Amino acid sequence: MTIASPPSPSPQPLRLQPTGWLRYFSFSLDHKVIGLQYIVCGFLFYFVGGALAGVIRTELATPISDFVSRDTYNQVLTLHGTVMIFLWIVPVVNGGFGNYLIPFYVGARDMAFPRLNAVAFWMIPPSGLLLISSYFIGGAAQSGWTAYPPLSLTTPAMGQILWIVSVLLLGGSSIFGGINFIATILKFRQPGLKLMMLPMYCWAMLGTSILVVLATPVLAGTLILLSLDIVAHTGFFNPAAGGNAVVYQHLFWFYSHPAVYIMVLPAFGLVSEILPVHARKPLFGYVTMVYSIMAIVILGLVVWAHHMFTSGTPPWMRLFFTIATAFIAVPTGIKFFNWIATLWQGRLALNSAMLFSCAFILQFVFGGITGVALAQVPFDVHVHDTYFVVAHFHYIVYGGTVFVIFASIYHWFPKFSGRMLNEDLGRLHLALTFIGFNLCFAPQHWLGLNGMPRRVAEYDPQFSLINQISSVGALLMAISTLPFLINVVMSLLQGPAAGPNPWRALTPEWLTSSPPPVENWIGAAPLVEEPYGYGSSEGRIDVNQARGQDLWRQQP
Amino acid sequence: MTTTTPIDTDLQQQDDHESDGHGHGEHPDLRMFGLATFLVADGMTFAGFFAAYLTYRAVNPLPPGAIYELELVLPVINTAILIASSFTFHRASKELMRGAMGACRGWLLLTAVMGLSFLGGQMVEYFELPFGLTDNLYASTFYALTGFHGLHVTLGALMILIVWFQAREPGRFTPSDHFGLAAAELYWHFVDVIWVVLFGLLYLL
Repeated sequence: MTIASPPSPSPQPLRLQPTGWLRYFSFSLDHKVIGLQYIVCGFLFYFVGGALAGVIRTELATPISDFVSRDTYNQVLTLHGTVMIFLWIVPVVNGGFGNYLIPFYVGARDMAFPRLNAVAFWMIPPSGLLLISSYFIGGAAQSGWTAYPPLSLTTPAMGQILWIVSVLLLGGSSIFGGINFIATILKFRQPGLKLMMLPMYCWAMLGTSILVVLATPVLAGTLILLSLDIVAHTGFFNPAAGGNAVVYQHLFWFYSHPAVYIMVLPAFGLVSEILPVHARKPLFGYVTMVYSIMAIVILGLVVWAHHMFTSGTPPWMRLFFTIATAFIAVPTGIKFFNWIATLWQGRLALNSAMLFSCAFILQFVFGGITGVALAQVPFDVHVHDTYFVVAHFHYIVYGGTVFVIFASIYHWFPKFSGRMLNEDLGRLHLALTFIGFNLCFAPQHWLGLNGMPRRVAEYDPQFSLINQISSVGALLMAISTLPFLINVVMSLLQGPAAGPNPWRALTPEWLTSSPPPVENWIGAAPLVEEPYGYGSSEGRIDVNQARGQDLWRQQP
Repeated sequence: MTTTTPIDTDLQQQDDHESDGHGHGEHPDLRMFGLATFLVADGMTFAGFFAAYLTYRAVNPLPPGAIYELELVLPVINTAILIASSFTFHRASKELMRGAMGACRGWLLLTAVMGLSFLGGQMVEYFELPFGLTDNLYASTFYALTGFHGLHVTLGALMILIVWFQAREPGRFTPSDHFGLAAAELYWHFVDVIWVVLFGLLYLL
């Protein structure tokens, strides 16, 4: 599949937009520029959040608070959580890859609302700077990314208010993005392209955007009430003023549990794009994959109180939310087995994109298992607010989503830049990240089971050794970004040319030049009816007859 | 594999491209769809507030000396005005579809005046109420909910006045192309429906 690049038969439309590198700093309406703006901006905040994590792990290398003061530690952990969730993962897996890929996948030349798209992106840098600057203006918020009252009402008000304003802006940006994705996927498809022909990432983004539109406004309303409590001294969430702090928790988790799916569903979609290409096989179980995404969307809206089993939640409610949460394991398990089945008997190319995806599958299923464990009330009551929870959600959001972000960079970098990344540096990056991540977070399960509480700068000296091991893992994770950065910079400057389709992939973004022209394709958009139509019959052998050795030889 | 490639560049292909609806300039108009999706999101903000209010009613005891009952005469009149204003706006759209721009602008102005008188009534009620914002949980909830809705009414009334002003220009809104007016109308009906729910919860429950 090679693409001839004939002279453009029609003059390119006049766009009053800067060209060259300047366009990445402009109010560009091009979905590809906006997508890369999201990704690069997200990476900058990732390094900020990573530095904050470094402060946390350095502090926790010793049982006493010696590296930073207790107040500073609280600010650092609040900023770390908020930056990583709202400025790194959500914008990159939704806004970044979504904006870059979705218009290609629906056969369009841009998103449905290009201006709204640019507005949504440009809300992010100011709110991120506002959030970080709050540290220098009288101290950042100290109540964690959850901002539970009464804690958020008693810690210094200035930092908390700036935190609220910043999160409200980011929530608004997210809602605008969600509206855009829903309109683009449902209404902007090229004629003849049916919903069930779409690449899986479209379904993941449709499900995610439905969650964004339904759940994010509830958080916005809640934060408005919280700011009234802080500024106007109302008593919505303040028990001292006759209010109810648990109502805040319900409203907060009504958004923030779906937020887990807002972070991880797009990652599911991205990995479903990467695996078939590098395994040279169709995505296994397309239809079940679609239905399981939608099942996760529906169930994801009715499981929030499993974060609140120790908040005086009545037994009937605990029972309902335990059962509902256990049900989520079913569609998630379907997706897991579909990925395994996609890999099965494939002609695997063990490149960085594939290896990061496999690491994702491994770590995500581990985080999923601890998630099912946490949904059981007796277990949850034991480990609630301990390092077991910290380990669990880092296996989901880092071991899950961040590994997929890296896999996606290795997969789509040739399309973004027209140049290949270095595979050796990529594998080194994978090895360091994989070892560092597991060294950092696996021991924290043990810490939690043995009762080390989270979000506290000091701990019982008996936990010293395990904490030091965890901190070494964090150091390794920090080092692991170096080969990645070197790889990206060197490849941008002098990487080998990628050509239009280095992976011989079938999805529409590869059926054009790299990087693609402003209008995505010269001439008509290709109508891709089978995005995963990789030949599965070539060199097929009987699994029941073959020995392991034969299966191994299948690789190219 | 049934993938059509964009290699062909003959004239036929080019013509298809120009007429496929995704070429230069020609897009399906999705603005109303986008607005409707936004209103779903906005409605979820209110749903969150309503859920919080109902939980408070169920769980938090009424502080001593406080009452749930509110004076109903003015709010009922206000409700009637707001519901009627949805019909006057609908009438304005009808006139537009008939091409009667003068009548359309008249009904638009009437709708805006009704919206503003709702806000005036709300103001009068605020000044007459025996409790303030921070007196107790129910006072706070009452002001937060009606205030947030009042903000929506204010925006809606402004939108109607803008549309009324724009409609002065001949050809600005035509029976086939009148996004601004249609958007203001959808938004106004939304604000109206929210009020009916809010009225039921705050005043009648």
